[in-house]
Amino acid sequence: MTNEQLNSGNPKVDIEYRRKKNAEEMRYQIITFALMIFLTLVAFVAVGYEGFSASFAVPFILVLAFVQVAFQLYYFMHMSHKGHEAPALFLYSGVFVGFITVLAFMTVIWW
Amino acid sequence: MSTLAQKKGFGATIWDYLTTVDHKKIAILYLIAGGFFFLVGGLEAMFIRVQLAVPNNDFVSAGLYNEILTMHGTTMIFLAAMPLVFAFMNAIMPLQIGARDVAFPFLNSLGFWLFFFGGVFLNLSWFLGGAPDAGWTSYASLSLASEGHGIDFYVLGLQISGAGTLIGGINFLVTIINMRAPGMTYMRMPMFTWATFVTSALILFAFPPLTIGLFLMLFDRMFGANFFDPTMGGNTIIWEHFFWIFGHPEVYILILPAFGIFSEIFAIFSRKRLFGYSSMVFATVLIGFLGFMVWAHHMFTTGMGPIANAIFAVATMAIAVPTGIKIFNWLFTMWGGSIQFTTPMMYAVAFIPSFTMGGVTGVMLASAAQDYQYHDSYFVVAHFHYVIVGGVVFALLAGTHLYWPKMFGTMLNEKMGKWTFWLFLIGFHLTFFIQHFLGLWGMPRRIFTFNEGQGLDAANAVSTVGAFFMAVSTIILLINIIMTSIKNEKVGSDPWGDGRTLEWAIPSPPPFYNFKQLPLVRGLDALWIEKMEGKKGMTPAEPLGDIHMPNNSIIPFVMSSGLFVAAFGAMYHADEGNTWGIPVLIIGLLITLGSMLVRSVKDDHGYHIHKEELVDDDDKGVKA
Ligand code: HEM
Ligand SMILES: [Cu+2]
Repeated sequence: MTNEQLNSGNPKVDIEYRRKKNAEEMRYQIITFALMIFLTLVAFVAVGYEGFSASFAVPFILVLAFVQVAFQLYYFMHMSHKGHEAPALFLYSGVFVGFITVLAFMTVIWW
Repeated sequence: MSTLAQKKGFGATIWDYLTTVDHKKIAILYLIAGGFFFLVGGLEAMFIRVQLAVPNNDFVSAGLYNEILTMHGTTMIFLAAMPLVFAFMNAIMPLQIGARDVAFPFLNSLGFWLFFFGGVFLNLSWFLGGAPDAGWTSYASLSLASEGHGIDFYVLGLQISGAGTLIGGINFLVTIINMRAPGMTYMRMPMFTWATFVTSALILFAFPPLTIGLFLMLFDRMFGANFFDPTMGGNTIIWEHFFWIFGHPEVYILILPAFGIFSEIFAIFSRKRLFGYSSMVFATVLIGFLGFMVWAHHMFTTGMGPIANAIFAVATMAIAVPTGIKIFNWLFTMWGGSIQFTTPMMYAVAFIPSFTMGGVTGVMLASAAQDYQYHDSYFVVAHFHYVIVGGVVFALLAGTHLYWPKMFGTMLNEKMGKWTFWLFLIGFHLTFFIQHFLGLWGMPRRIFTFNEGQGLDAANAVSTVGAFFMAVSTIILLINIIMTSIKNEKVGSDPWGDGRTLEWAIPSPPPFYNFKQLPLVRGLDALWIEKMEGKKGMTPAEPLGDIHMPNNSIIPFVMSSGLFVAAFGAMYHADEGNTWGIPVLIIGLLITLGSMLVRSVKDDHGYHIHKEELVDDDDKGVKA
């Protein structure tokens, strides 16, 4: 209720500053977008190229996947901005629980 | 119940409750539904104890015993304890943080109806060919072999009600993060609100594993998959892991709100600030955190190997530390306080030794090597009843007495409350204390009868006698509730006289908008601070203005009923020669999806209560 209006209607908002901020934001988004396309291509190549064994390719694309998720969260879903501490907390807790689960499954069920 | 409802006529009242999105009314729905299932589960418990009262009894058959035992555990955990906890979280938490409702009132109602339909579905199994019979844990090797539809009822019923619980948990989280009144920082939140917060986070992370486990089970049983069937390349242990990754946090989901309720009670009736508030918060969060790393202590005997057993044993024992912190803080809260032995306080005082005994046996069980002796014996049964009854149920009974005036505007009779308390306390220890020894003497859990002359006769008889004490105590509570409701003597905003937190600053029951003006919170125990400065109530944080309220809606009810219908289709379609299963499944899902569509397309902006109406309404508003 008290938090409904986060960014509108406030006369004190500095339009100039906003514009600059937005342009900067846009630049980051385009750079990460290009990077993400590139990483996707790399992933395809890593799997397709005969010279890489599966024991290299699988961990490698997993790493790429993590980088992609981070880009997605921080640049496209604005987790780099202020005011996202609570979502970040819950996100990382979820990752943590998921990680423990997978770790346990890998070690005590399918060891 | 409330005078407002009585003026409306019976049909209108029912309609009002079917469509309500008010957190206080939803709390009453949870209380009634949870209370009903508590009685059902209690009846099942009585059947269990009667069957085990004497050796070689044939009160119920072996198969029926399995069904009763399974339904007792499942009902008590999922359909009684959980909704009753939700009842208090719904009724009190928004008031404690000074909010006018939860963040998503519509979802709140949806959560309730999903739980309700899931619970009804599960219990219909009694009338439709037999209840589930593989224990509340429903281990896959047992449940996949179970004939009939019992397990299907378990899987589908819990799936539906679990979705409701998850929705409720997320709703509470968002509410606490976003809707605290001005000045209500995290470290000024009452302990019960903190407990609600951590509990909701646990729900958020613990229910998805259950959902996945249930889905795998659903596909195994109803759609020919083989996730848990070792002869087909599956693995039956996976279910156990999924179940306990959910199951252990689940026991903390139950106990943390209980801790929260007791923290409020100790502070109120010792007329002292809760000792070590920040360490209490810390302990609560730590318990929630550690709760996710100990689930395999339920599986020490499945052959995980010594390393895994050792790790999980140590992690489990670690939980005793924050729990101990809490116990000492409660003791120090009472120390030097001016204690009033009201009914809620008596439960709180009795809770400490009772629960601690459960904690001690927990640490004994946590030692993997010892657990090989205790596992699947009555010792475990004694352990978890000491923590769940001595902790959770005591808290629910205490909370019922403490918050009844806030929810219904009238006080439960204290004299009868004390009768309930004493009979329950005696009955509880009579029933479960001796079960520790039954376990040590070699009585396995989940057996339907035992032979004469094994040294188990007398102890089992004692245990059954205790159960009757608890039954009588429950009946007295019911009489108390009925008599109190009939008399309906109205009380003011702070009926216990020593309320410390915001819920005691507004009338009992609160007006539907809760706070006419949002209160300004100046510290922990916001109301107490104002009282100490000689003020009558809270200082408002905003001028009197229009209040935005959500509209009632029947859509949550319809949406949940669709899943209820679909569940029947999913369950029966695999039967020999069944033709209507798939159509019913589709119709049910269409009802649900259709109502979701209506909800998304139809704009519902709610309405405003105008300032002028609020001014007239003076006797109901905040005493500012
Ligand atoms: C000091 C804290 C605790 C410790 C160290 C602990 C430890 C354990 C262990 C090791 C077991 C497995 C025993 C076996 O099956 O062989 C167990 C079972 C159980 N515990 Fe606890 N526990 C603690 C607190 C609690 C609390 C607070 C609750 C609930 C409010 C709880 C509820 C249960 C239940 C329901 C079971 C039995 C599950 C089943 O097999 O059906 N425990 N506990
Ligand atoms: Cu556990």
